Amino acid sequence: MKEFGVDRECKVARTGCIGTCSVGPAVLIEPGDYLYQSVTPEKVRDIVRDHIVLGLPVKDMLYSNREYFKKQHRLVLRNAGKIDPLRIEDYIAMGGYSALEKCLATMTPQGVIYEVRTSGLRGRGGAGFPTGQKWSLVARAQSSPKYIVANLDEGDPGVFANRTLAEADPHAIIEGMLIAAYAIGAQKGYIYIRSEYPLAIQTLQKAIAQAKSMGLLGNSVLETPFAFDLELRFGAGAFVAGEETAILASVEGRRAMPRPRPPYPANSGLWQKPTLIQNVETLANIPLIIQNGGAWFAKTGTPKCTGTKCFSLTGKVNNPGLIEVPMGITLREVVFDIGGGVADGKKFKAVLVGGPSGGCLPETLLESPIDYDSLTKVGAIMGSGGIVVLDEDSCMVDTARFFTEFCVDESCGKCTPCRAGLARVKEIFDKITHGQGEMSDIGTLEKSSVFIRDASLCGLGQTAPNPVITTLRYFKDEYIKHIVEKECEAGKCFKTRDEEEEA
Amino acid sequence: MSVNLLKLKIDGVEVSVPEGTMILKAAKDNGIIIPTLCNLEGLAPYGGCRLCLVEISGSPKLFPACITPVGPNMEITTNSDRLKEYRKMVVQMLLAERTHICSVCVANDHCELQAMANQLGVDHVMFERKFTQEPIDSTHDFLVIDRNRCILCTRCIRICDQIEGVHTLDLKLRGKDSEVIMDLDEHWANSCSCTSCRKCAKVCPVGAIYIEGEPIGHTKNKEIAAFIRDRRNRR
Repeated sequence: MKEFGVDRECKVARTGCIGTCSVGPAVLIEPGDYLYQSVTPEKVRDIVRDHIVLGLPVKDMLYSNREYFKKQHRLVLRNAGKIDPLRIEDYIAMGGYSALEKCLATMTPQGVIYEVRTSGLRGRGGAGFPTGQKWSLVARAQSSPKYIVANLDEGDPGVFANRTLAEADPHAIIEGMLIAAYAIGAQKGYIYIRSEYPLAIQTLQKAIAQAKSMGLLGNSVLETPFAFDLELRFGAGAFVAGEETAILASVEGRRAMPRPRPPYPANSGLWQKPTLIQNVETLANIPLIIQNGGAWFAKTGTPKCTGTKCFSLTGKVNNPGLIEVPMGITLREVVFDIGGGVADGKKFKAVLVGGPSGGCLPETLLESPIDYDSLTKVGAIMGSGGIVVLDEDSCMVDTARFFTEFCVDESCGKCTPCRAGLARVKEIFDKITHGQGEMSDIGTLEKSSVFIRDASLCGLGQTAPNPVITTLRYFKDEYIKHIVEKECEAGKCFKTRDEEEEA
Repeated sequence: MSVNLLKLKIDGVEVSVPEGTMILKAAKDNGIIIPTLCNLEGLAPYGGCRLCLVEISGSPKLFPACITPVGPNMEITTNSDRLKEYRKMVVQMLLAERTHICSVCVANDHCELQAMANQLGVDHVMFERKFTQEPIDSTHDFLVIDRNRCILCTRCIRICDQIEGVHTLDLKLRGKDSEVIMDLDEHWANSCSCTSCRKCAKVCPVGAIYIEGEPIGHTKNKEIAAFIRDRRNRR
């Protein structure tokens, strides 16, 4: 820009991810919302010369796939890709922390909870518990001090929504926590983040330091009597630590093992004190709800399931990336309109919704709307918001085996069904995919996976059999083919040891 | 101090029990025995083995009786066909998980897992059995741990921590690889915190921790945790 003499009129800023994974790196030029794709140092010269100096957008370098954004509705990711995540001033310029100011200056804690209740917001961590209700439970709990824990332990393979949020807009999480803390009466908060996210950790650390220096965190938030302090806690590589009772054990410094509920964390959480545990995506919604009112928020999505949800759209799809869609949108719209359909002209086979413990849904169920209850009905879950598209080259038996293996590795080992049961299920899969399957194995798989779902202690075990249960429900033919004809249409199974090692 | 009594039904029988009682205890006090392996009176409940799952009408979920407190007007079923089926599954999974051969086990005839299999009518194991071959640690003067027989109920860990108070034992690794270890995974002889109190051997439901050369019938004392806790509370 110096070369063209425009370095005084323009500013280059780094941003978080805008979500278009397939065409990075991306450059956004404002005003006008011009998004350039697959930018290289050489292309930058053209863009600066033509667009900035001459005012003529370089059409063939612009992001061509407007459909990708058309059906999206960006609330949580409102600032992703638009602000510099390392500058608190940017966030404030976009209206940030004004919701906190509104809370502290004009609203009572009960009033804040009332707005959140009205909004109909449900927990984005996967289970979908009504957020407002959770807040009143913690607010009503007698004991003190109270704690708040933000869950950023996003461990699912192929899921990166919370990470992107933390890297692109860390202050939205902090503001959400501050408002929640004000509403429930907490003075101390923890953000539990997995160590595998170094950039998100750095970004959050910087954001917390900035918020502290501006008086947004500390003994007197915005010069009011409200005090709140925030610390990061790092995970040590256990998927199960994202479970709400395991996260408490981990924050306290103990082995991340879940415990049965009740007692619920709302009454007995961190150090047996009332604790609010919330996913960071849930928290990032809060400033919007306070600013615009619960009723405004409830207009988006479906009546029972308001607002939006971020999904990591991956697999064999043309436009993979991080998307945010209103609740109630159908799977078909996500896969074909936003995702642009299956990559390389292949045939669609299934879509895995909800991460490693989600369900594999066939084409006939693509009209299902995405909301907590509809997904549960067809055997999938909202989970952490992972959508993996599988094409005709994917073997459903192998897919179920893969995700079972993941859960076997991640089981904490406390309860028998998840520890001893899942390992047996995985062995049966190994048998089938190596040509030693028997028809009776299907019965054993069915019986044990339903048992593991019903009898396990925590959400990990209860949902881990979902890929098995749904593939058995919708793709049983493939199992039979593997067992009887020793045939894998996708060519994934029946490999010798050597072939497997090579792969 | 008056204790609030709650009225509820267990297997159709109307009972009244003090508020705060766990379902397992409430049932036992009224003559209904719910199977369990990890639970032991005197130790904090764990909720891991999943044998004591019961149904509570109005909820599709199953609840571990050892750690679920009674509620007013609860209708609890402890022995439906589904629960019987699931309990058999738990025992089969435990039997398949490691090496359980009764005829060559020190705990034969004194084993809670064996008794449970008998009681529940487990006559076969539908899964391939694993027969792990972990080395046995017999370095201690008289305490032996054979991890191949361990069912990870954590009674030994809990009694070591909660009653003896030294927390020598704990778990390492996770999932199917979980193992009971001494201190920082030392051989037992090298453990500097172990007091050789034998409580772990006394409460082990199977033959995983035992005392060398002592008849298993003399070793076991499942009431020890409750006994010591009672004595302490009297003070």
